[in-house]
Amino acid sequence: MSRVDTVLLPELDGPVPATLPSALGLLSLALGVGALVAPGPLARLTGVDDSPAARSVLPAIGLRELGSGAGLLSGRRPAGWAWSRVAGDAMDLTLLGRALADRDGERRRRVALTTLAIAGITAVDVLAAVRVGRARRARARVIRMQIAVTVNRSPAEAYRFWRDMENLPRFMAHLESVRADDLRRSHWIARGPAGHRVEWDAEIIDDQPNKSITWRSLPGTRVPNAGRVRFVPAPGDRGTEVRVELRYAPPAGALGRAVAKLFGEEPEQQVRDDLRRFKQVLETGEVVRSEGSPNGISVRQQAMQRPAQPLPASRR
Amino acid sequence: MKATAWMGTDSVKVIDVPDPKIMNARDAIVRISTTAICGSDLHLYHGYIPAMRKGDILGHEFMGEVVEVGPQVRNLAPGDRVVVPFPIACGHCSSCQRGLYSVCENSNPNAGIAEKIMGHSPAGIFGYSHLLGGYAGGQAEYARVPFADVGPVKVPDEISDDQAVMLADVFPTGYMGAEMCDIKPGQVIAVWGAGPVGLLAAASARLLGAERVIVIDRFPYRLRLAEEHIDAETINYEEVDVLDTLNEMTAGRGPDACIDAVGLEGHHGNAALYAYDRAKQAARVETERPFALRQAILACRSGGVVSVVGAYGGFVDKFPMGAFMNRSLVMRTGQCHVQRYTRPLLERIQRGEIDPSFIVSHRMPLRDAPKGYKIFQKKQDDCTKVLLKA
Repeated sequence: MSRVDTVLLPELDGPVPATLPSALGLLSLALGVGALVAPGPLARLTGVDDSPAARSVLPAIGLRELGSGAGLLSGRRPAGWAWSRVAGDAMDLTLLGRALADRDGERRRRVALTTLAIAGITAVDVLAAVRVGRARRARARVIRMQIAVTVNRSPAEAYRFWRDMENLPRFMAHLESVRADDLRRSHWIARGPAGHRVEWDAEIIDDQPNKSITWRSLPGTRVPNAGRVRFVPAPGDRGTEVRVELRYAPPAGALGRAVAKLFGEEPEQQVRDDLRRFKQVLETGEVVRSEGSPNGISVRQQAMQRPAQPLPASRR
Repeated sequence: MKATAWMGTDSVKVIDVPDPKIMNARDAIVRISTTAICGSDLHLYHGYIPAMRKGDILGHEFMGEVVEVGPQVRNLAPGDRVVVPFPIACGHCSSCQRGLYSVCENSNPNAGIAEKIMGHSPAGIFGYSHLLGGYAGGQAEYARVPFADVGPVKVPDEISDDQAVMLADVFPTGYMGAEMCDIKPGQVIAVWGAGPVGLLAAASARLLGAERVIVIDRFPYRLRLAEEHIDAETINYEEVDVLDTLNEMTAGRGPDACIDAVGLEGHHGNAALYAYDRAKQAARVETERPFALRQAILACRSGGVVSVVGAYGGFVDKFPMGAFMNRSLVMRTGQCHVQRYTRPLLERIQRGEIDPSFIVSHRMPLRDAPKGYKIFQKKQDDCTKVLLKA
């Protein structure tokens, strides 16, 4: 297991939001027990006590609710059970719709009230199911990587450069800026295609001078991420092995696609290039540029090389 | 400025491009006085090196006058006359610090592509494909020289351009080819290829104390240069069987070391064998025609050294691994670590130990570069080396 997995991110490592599903589970249990133990009073309350079928349908609904309730309270597959409640709601609304058409007077009023209540509960059920599903998918999208480069500098020099978070955009191509707010906190702005920008706040949660730095995004970002970089003396007096571990969950939807583009088709290749630039900056003083790759190392640029001739004045 | 650009297979043109400007703090801009066409430029010309783009400026052998330096270049000043090594090397990575400049870890901005083909990336090279950095080359009026505090060497007035430009590539490359043979007194060194690198490898083998030097080629005018300037023995492989002849000359031992100064576009005296590799190369099943390498391995004395300075780009078929392994051969190779050799070889020229410019056959203005490529390619007019004067 990567060590960065021990850096907890509330969005990814906290429990999947369970309060609402549990509450709905309790509601299911109460309804289920009611429908099984007292179908008569329930039929009167909902205005369907004149139907002979109601006496057999209500206990069946009760059984269904007991099943959903038990499932939701078990905590396993909460998304599935939440959607099972939505399906039950749809069935109930269909039955109520037919009951409403056949009735008038006081019974019609009661059926209408019941329909309203169920519609409200349906909205809550849909909300719970969507939320639980989204949290699950964010966990499924998590990208982890471990990449390393050997830099011909001491661990102290490599650490010092990285520890000044405002240096990061000098070698991390997707970053527009990092502003250190204090010794621990920083504000990161990443740029993507078509003017998409993604911003987040991060904090250093563990700082071992000349050895390692561990950071994570603060709660509330749409791109939860955590990272750790270690500076290990390379054997044979060859400088420092800079070992980076990253974990992040790109959001879904349009923003997610922008973030995915930001990191390219191969996010690992991008980070590898970042580390190559880190090595260049530490060993040679800056990012190395050629006429074909005037912005220095980058996967996208490698695919779309310009001819190896001096840049026109307009591109300098 | 005017520059020689690769326009596609068998096509170069002198075109107008913007003047180069400083892009990194350790850059210098050089106004080129003399530049050369290298045998390895013909591999580009023939389209055997991947990742070329139409419009790429060619040329990795050049010298001239410094006209501008970046803020981090303190060893050079405008007005200095310098020769520029063909590999671009940062001087600070662990490879450079061990003297392995042609495998500099920082100078190829397209290292990602090179790694996919070669496992790890070598250094960037001027004007030698996007695989090796996408750097504009020096067959032009001006060139931007990265890491100018590491590569370029000042040339004293008494050394001519024709001598000094040999230090950009062919003399150090030939010298390294001979040095890798680890020559001891009494040894016989065989060199495949009597082009500029092969001739200078043979001359260097002499400088390093070889007892006998044997040069193998098929062009009589080139073999004549080896005989006249290096006092080498020669074999024309179109006239005699190379292995038999070498065995005869060495009384059955084989040469103590064999230098392959041919590389990926070799020719073979046997038409059928040539056709086999030529066809595979045309079909891109094999990228090289490694006749010289195969023959060098078979010829070499058991326990000897095969030194490879001819350029290879990809994959070789029918490599005689059995002979190589069972006869305890050693192979040494590499693009030349030019920065290691420029100063000592400049001193050898100054002391009059060697004049490497004996290989130069043609001098013409830069605007005639397309003609230079053509006659070098066709070996017309006894062509061995073309210098372009900007």
